[in-house]
Amino acid sequence: MAQHKINYTQDGGLPVALTSIDKIVNWGRSNSLWALTYGLACCGIEMMASGASRFDFDRFGTIFRASPRQADVMIVAGTLTKKHAEFIKRLYDQMTEPRWVISMGSCANTGGMFNTYATVQGVDRIIPVDLYLPGCAPRPETLQYGVMLLQKKIRANHASKAQKAKRLM
Amino acid sequence: MRAYIPKDDVQAKAYYTDRYYVAPQVPKSEVETDEVFASDLEAIKAKFEVKEAFIQVEQMVVYINAHDIYGVLELMRDELEYTQLSELSAIDWLAKDNTFEIFYQMLSMKKRKRIRIKYFIQNGQAVDSVEKLFRSADWSEREMYDMFGIEANGHPFMKRILMPYDWQGHPLLKTYPLQGDEFASWYEVDKIYGKEAREEIGPEIRDTARVDRYDSQRFARLGFEVPKGTEITGEEERNVDSYQEEEGVFLIKKLNKETSKIIDDPQR
Amino acid sequence: MAQIKNRLTPFFENITFDRDDNELILNFGPQHPSAHGQLRLMLHLQQEMIVKAHPDIGYLHRGMEKMAENMIYNEFMPTTDRMDYIASSSNNYGFALAVEKLIGLEVPRRAKVIRMMLLEINRLMSHLFWLATTALDIGAMTVFLFAFREREYLMDIIEGYCGARLTHAAIRIGGVPLDIQDTFIAQLKDFLDKLPQNIKDYEDLLDTNRIWLMRMEEVGVIPTDMALSWGCTGPMLRASGVAWDIRKEEPYELYDEVEFNVPYSDKCDNFARYRIYMEEMRESAKILYQTIDMYNECVEKGETELMAHAPKYVSAPKLDIMTQNYSLMQHFVLVTQGMRPPVGEVYVATESPKGELGYYINSQGGPYPYRLKLRAPSFWHTGILTDLLPGHYIPDVVSIIGTTNIVFGEVDR
Repeated sequence: MAQHKINYTQDGGLPVALTSIDKIVNWGRSNSLWALTYGLACCGIEMMASGASRFDFDRFGTIFRASPRQADVMIVAGTLTKKHAEFIKRLYDQMTEPRWVISMGSCANTGGMFNTYATVQGVDRIIPVDLYLPGCAPRPETLQYGVMLLQKKIRANHASKAQKAKRLM
Repeated sequence: MRAYIPKDDVQAKAYYTDRYYVAPQVPKSEVETDEVFASDLEAIKAKFEVKEAFIQVEQMVVYINAHDIYGVLELMRDELEYTQLSELSAIDWLAKDNTFEIFYQMLSMKKRKRIRIKYFIQNGQAVDSVEKLFRSADWSEREMYDMFGIEANGHPFMKRILMPYDWQGHPLLKTYPLQGDEFASWYEVDKIYGKEAREEIGPEIRDTARVDRYDSQRFARLGFEVPKGTEITGEEERNVDSYQEEEGVFLIKKLNKETSKIIDDPQR
Repeated sequence: MAQIKNRLTPFFENITFDRDDNELILNFGPQHPSAHGQLRLMLHLQQEMIVKAHPDIGYLHRGMEKMAENMIYNEFMPTTDRMDYIASSSNNYGFALAVEKLIGLEVPRRAKVIRMMLLEINRLMSHLFWLATTALDIGAMTVFLFAFREREYLMDIIEGYCGARLTHAAIRIGGVPLDIQDTFIAQLKDFLDKLPQNIKDYEDLLDTNRIWLMRMEEVGVIPTDMALSWGCTGPMLRASGVAWDIRKEEPYELYDEVEFNVPYSDKCDNFARYRIYMEEMRESAKILYQTIDMYNECVEKGETELMAHAPKYVSAPKLDIMTQNYSLMQHFVLVTQGMRPPVGEVYVATESPKGELGYYINSQGGPYPYRLKLRAPSFWHTGILTDLLPGHYIPDVVSIIGTTNIVFGEVDR
């Protein structure tokens, strides 16, 4: 108990907020989207830039984690090659549900300018993608806007409902 | 009738060719015009057979026999001060006369000169590894093997380097299409999900000019993003660029631009 | 539709662990935050000591050389951006110079000056990025934030010039497409005036920092023989005691007219490489000051040409294309069919921020190069890890990878 007297009808009121489970869970999920550092190529540099001084991703609660087990969202930034495809699946499998994937840049979306033998034509052939960011490379602002859209998407979902595992197709 | 496409060279071809066009040549000059190159060539000629030598774009090109390569590079490194092997690779002439042309790009830092040693090998023939002389050849020869299938005798670890170990085909051969063969197109699907998933995942979409009638439904405009599957009517509401809907959520305050301080000087 | 089952099995399933020699195999990468991209290292460990290292690359191999064989020369230019994506103009430049040497073009002086400006800005960007990431890997978060802040100002300048932050494609075969914008010089001067203080800030943070010194000094020693044998170039070679800078020794553009020093060191360790990057930033700033004067001279003399005049290879200026029938036809042919350089081959090396960036082009007179080999410095700088890492401890791996400054777009191409 507090030692001093608190007037619960004034000064911000009762230290209790009423909300629904959906809202509180989604509030938590959407405002601490920890991202897996998945810098593959050029877009990875822009992803770093968005985490660095000028763009400052921490404002959004997006902190880059190096381990898939601590991450909620995988930002696939760059060209996915056929040699690497196996590993993106491994890392995606290690992430805990609920998990989201942002495909950043043309290469990750569709293979982009690299229409060659060695490039996977779109990361959505391997893992399900929630958000596609166009651009080569997308600017940090684009990535931040994308994360904001993802937050919106998360908040629009029912958190209490058992999450269905996303299917590839 | 459709035009016959030769299978030994499937690279892009100019669709317009002028019968009377004679391509000019990059000028070649005699080796004697440059003192340093002339003396180097003499030194090589004293011990090995030189088929052809000329200077092109400030660099000397020397054609030798395939079996001399180790000796020539050793001579160049130890006596002629060509201390670095910058680059080593092959050129595919299989369609023309079933040979590969191998080039070694040498650099002398003392003389500030570059020499290109070249020779031809038949298809299927292996080259002598120069990995003992220049460690840089270790990876270059592996890359050459990966890209062309040319093996190097005496190399300690002759395996693929850029492509996965279980890859089939050698990508830089002219017979290998740019967009890959059947094996390449299903590689990642086969490896991760197995062949039975091919049907479900579907073939790669390689045609950059492909237009899909559903494209307008799948791709939202910037600022008007919609969830997947929504029919786009063109009357969507603009996604307001705000951090939270419903005028903010508890514990998070909306930015008030009037009361906030904006820093103009970026350096501060 | 049933969910597709994954058939990937645990990675080390087939390795037996009952070895007598106590050797542990550590898999590092291909997705590791301090691997600077997609490097995979198989490290054989005796306790903490590495006894054998096996770098595995190719996780970013996109087939650029194959693409080049299927593209007309100008079409390939944006692809070169994606090689060393930290300093993309230097890749553009290397390719442009190679093609220019092949067809024997002389670039107008004003374009040369602009190119030099872009190249040196790129060098600064690349070195700042190197400093940021290496410092972050070693744990110096502040330097990361500082260096990225400065890099953003350079990106602003470049963005004003060509509209892109990362992938510039700002240099064309035969010159540059655009004159610099009117705020360019003021912005650049502003940046350069503050740069010495900024570099001093980084050095104050790092030079006497005990952790930094312990991770850097006497670690990753590359003797001169080894550096030469492995084909090291650029700062890697200069830190091993060879003062070889292509800008100085085989000058291209107007590098023979500007005054700058080539820093080198015979300490051969990580710290020497770090010092060289810092000194090179100062030298780049020196060059940039001189190019500003050179540009102003060009303006005074009224040299306005930015592209070489060679109707067979280079499109006419936009004004001509829009007004002259013949120029329009030429432009149409060059865009749809591509230029046809003479038959021959050329190898041109330029000093990119990472080292010697070489382009070997074999032209058979067609619009597509018959063979284009990209000689990327990082390829060999990664290869040297095979010989360099044994004998070091696990924490040294990160600092060594950091100071070799490898970029995987370039290693794998």
